[in-house]
Amino acid sequence: MISWFNENGPLLFLALLDGTVTAFVLALIALGLSLVFGVMRIVNIAHGEFFMLGAVFSWFAFDLTNDPLWGFLLALVVAPALVGSIAIFSDRFILRKVKYHPESTIVATIGVLYVIQSVTLMVFGPEARAVEAPLYFRIQFPWFGYSGYKLIVAGMSAFCLLGVWVFMKRSKLGLYMRATQQDFEIAKTYGVPTQKIYASVFALGGGLAALAGVLIVPIRQADHLMGLEPLLLSFIVVIIGGLGSIRGTIVAAFIIGISDGIISVFYEPTLAKMLATLFVAMVLVLKPSGLYGEEVV
Amino acid sequence: MSHKEVKSEEQSELNITRRSVLGAGAVIAGTGIVGSQIIDPLAKTAYAAGSDAPIKIGFQAHRTGIGALYGRWYERTTNAAAKYINSIGGIAGRPIEIITEDDGTDPKRGADVVEKLATQHKVDFVFGTLFSHVVMGSAPRAGELKIPYFVVSEGYHVASGALNRYTFQPCITDVRAQISAVSGWLFNNLGKNVTLIYPDYAFGYNHRDYATAAAEKHGGKIVAKIAIPPTESSFTRYFVKIPKNTDVIYHVMVGPGVLTFVRELGEHFGPNHPQLFGFIDSLEGVNISSPGLDFLDGSYFWEAMPRYADGYDTVGSRFYRNAVGVNNSGASRSDSKDVSAYSHMFGCWETLFAIKEAVEQSGYRSKKDYSTLIETVEGFTGFNEGIAHPQGAKVFSGKTHQCYGQQFVSKVGNGKLNVIHKTSIADGMYEPETDYTKQSL
Amino acid sequence: MRKKSLVYSLFFQVGILLLLFVLQFILPTYHHSSVSKIMVLASYAVAYNFLLGYTGLMSLGHAMFFASGMYAAGLGIYYLELSALGGLLFGAGFTLVISLIFGLFALRTSGVSFLIVTLMFGQTFYLSILYFNEFTFGQDGFSLAKYLGKLVIFNREYLYSNPDIRYNFAFILLTAYLLISTFIMFSPVGRILIAIRENESRTELLGYNVFYYKLFALVLSGTFSGIAGATHALLFTYIGSTFAEIHHSISPILWTLLGGAGTVIGPFIGTGIMFYLVDFISGITSNYQLVVGVVLILMIIWFPMGIMGTLRQKWMKWLP
Repeated sequence: MISWFNENGPLLFLALLDGTVTAFVLALIALGLSLVFGVMRIVNIAHGEFFMLGAVFSWFAFDLTNDPLWGFLLALVVAPALVGSIAIFSDRFILRKVKYHPESTIVATIGVLYVIQSVTLMVFGPEARAVEAPLYFRIQFPWFGYSGYKLIVAGMSAFCLLGVWVFMKRSKLGLYMRATQQDFEIAKTYGVPTQKIYASVFALGGGLAALAGVLIVPIRQADHLMGLEPLLLSFIVVIIGGLGSIRGTIVAAFIIGISDGIISVFYEPTLAKMLATLFVAMVLVLKPSGLYGEEVV
Repeated sequence: MSHKEVKSEEQSELNITRRSVLGAGAVIAGTGIVGSQIIDPLAKTAYAAGSDAPIKIGFQAHRTGIGALYGRWYERTTNAAAKYINSIGGIAGRPIEIITEDDGTDPKRGADVVEKLATQHKVDFVFGTLFSHVVMGSAPRAGELKIPYFVVSEGYHVASGALNRYTFQPCITDVRAQISAVSGWLFNNLGKNVTLIYPDYAFGYNHRDYATAAAEKHGGKIVAKIAIPPTESSFTRYFVKIPKNTDVIYHVMVGPGVLTFVRELGEHFGPNHPQLFGFIDSLEGVNISSPGLDFLDGSYFWEAMPRYADGYDTVGSRFYRNAVGVNNSGASRSDSKDVSAYSHMFGCWETLFAIKEAVEQSGYRSKKDYSTLIETVEGFTGFNEGIAHPQGAKVFSGKTHQCYGQQFVSKVGNGKLNVIHKTSIADGMYEPETDYTKQSL
Repeated sequence: MRKKSLVYSLFFQVGILLLLFVLQFILPTYHHSSVSKIMVLASYAVAYNFLLGYTGLMSLGHAMFFASGMYAAGLGIYYLELSALGGLLFGAGFTLVISLIFGLFALRTSGVSFLIVTLMFGQTFYLSILYFNEFTFGQDGFSLAKYLGKLVIFNREYLYSNPDIRYNFAFILLTAYLLISTFIMFSPVGRILIAIRENESRTELLGYNVFYYKLFALVLSGTFSGIAGATHALLFTYIGSTFAEIHHSISPILWTLLGGAGTVIGPFIGTGIMFYLVDFISGITSNYQLVVGVVLILMIIWFPMGIMGTLRQKWMKWLP
């Protein structure tokens, strides 16, 4: 046992560390999808593209200011706002037109995905572009080093999750959102402006995805195809966590993040992804409401 | 620069190349090397007599999808080569016309594009494919349509015998030969215990298998083999698998995650790291002085053609660099942030010249001459270094439809790549494992 | 009424099929080959429509069925040295088993959950092709050309890639699919499937075991997708993981919705239009995805029933 730890301790430590960072990142990306899913009962296939847009805007901000910190701060404000506007626009002129019908929405958001991706390819180009981290340092553990910014991302992500939680619990808009999520008709009868709530939820979902893009882009790069993987991962997290539940989303992100870390380190990454997708499918089949059911935030 | 000066410089280049080519003597078996007739680029009058219809060349480009970055540079290089060829009188007196179709870097679409180029645009040849899965998806269709298909992919798929008699890779060395060429230098200079990190698909398995074979040959040892899925975006978890006794990390990565890969490698090891030997595929299109890449300082890279002009200053390569519009640091002359895929795209330039040579030597006029053309190409034994083949001389095997060329090893320093070693063609050559000439036409 | 519409629709379809048959003697080479490919892909869309159009279940993982038919046929021919037709049967049988197992799990969910379960199973299947690459040839894929025998018709040998063989093989496949599709539409089973689409709980109240009918539709849809995949492998010889990717699951949705979900001929029309749209636009701009995206959005807003669905609603009430 002790010799196992001597040999594999560092591996386990890394798996947990990396898994925790992955979990926070995942939770943030998935949160927007979860809200949209929970309140509006629609699947936004373009969610990953909103994330990608956040990363791409971040690069433009970095390129414009030529300074990692100012570029980061600029992107932090502008990217969610811009993407939120795109989301409001899509809601007003597309989703409302198809009456939020689940299947139609899926097809329409696939269309949005194609449009966003190809416009980005036109404007931004095909290459992956690096964005410098606003704060950069390296932490040296006895066995290996680790990026300090990754830990900052985890921290900021936790902060954002907390912010959204407080917003949903304490603000009037949040109350309306929760009411709409619980029962659309009753909320409407009680004078909740459901149409506006839908638009805000969709904008909030898009803005959160963009925010995640801005935070994460320094630990990877911006490219026009980067949206698909986060989309699939968000699906996994949202399903396992249960629709519209912040707590569920976070718990699920940890389950996926840490198990992904451990399986990847000790076995194989492709195997980890395979098992994760299979696991999600089985959770849905056997416990369709997800681990945390339909509970409201 | 006067006409005469160009010629004499060219001639001396040629002599050097002949020597190095003859180093591979046994395999070349004496026969002549084609290409000498285009040594003088200004010999316009030679074929300007005819005024026939253009020779149409279908260009299968990765304009969108994962290969778009390479695709853009392949397109620029191809257009530059076509422009130059037309300025010196075209191919056999006929102008060259490039017809480009996007395959989306998707094997499904690739086969459709070959079809469209061949039967709709009625091109004479199809050329230019890079990504190996697209080649795998498209080549069978080219074989069925019986249209010569010239790829610029560096995959081992042509020489392995997996494709067909209509598919050629005449101007870019395949992965197996690249590895065989540089691994001797690697094991003898950097260290014996090597960890391989490669993408988890066929291109990566070629690296794994031939680097392992090379290790046995040179008394080295592969201490770990780490495959990474092509879609991966975080790499830290792979690095804990690198054994402590590793002297050299041999890495080759493709796709959008490469920068992250290098940066996280740096974060993982810090200043005390094993030697690093990478394939430039990891950094094609990427500025060496990008944020987070300082870690690469002092590490080594394989290059097929040196990105920085001072590393390989020949008349041919200078001319080529100018014609394509690349500056001395390997970036676009109009936008210094737009870094080229310099170690791959020369293949497009050279392949168009190979087609030119094939057409002119075989007397090809129309599609009914395909058999003669193919037999002519199969009779080629190599190409001379020069403006037509700026990367260097090539030895060509008619049996495997594959060429072998010299390779370079560069060291990163002062924010650039500096060539420190050049292999001979013979270093990379291996026994042919297939014979396409035995297949029916 | 029903009899009349059956007659009308038979005439309509026989007309289209006759047209397709005659086209092969007129079309120039490129379009000849394109139409062959469209017919195979359209068969996949028709199979998809069994589930979406008639039962109302939207799957985002059908590439799994297409690819499992394709891989079972291809790997069967490669490793087990099956004949081409043996490979086709093996592909069909394999997909039958896969879709049965899959259906038993996935059909416990419905609506959006079903969609995501199919997406996840599809991804698992795709990843397993990559994971077992030593066996499946992974992302690069492989060509069957060298391992396919010849097709013998009246003592004459033909290559499967022979343009006429390819065209007529695809034509037979599509014809069979369309006929089966029409037959199901007019059969009692088809009526029940449509009843499930329109109101599942009421159908259940009427005493039908909805689960078994849905399972039937899914297995039929899956198996036929697999046969289309196996046929694709034989006629176009390339087998690769690209056919298992999520994009290849999205494609039949687009084709079916564009042409008209729940109409017999719609998926074929949608596939043809989409193929030529992409083909045409990609000649003008490399941003054909943009146009496809816009078309998709406009379609779903203004013609949610697709081309044939709208025609049926407005003018051709008898259209199946």
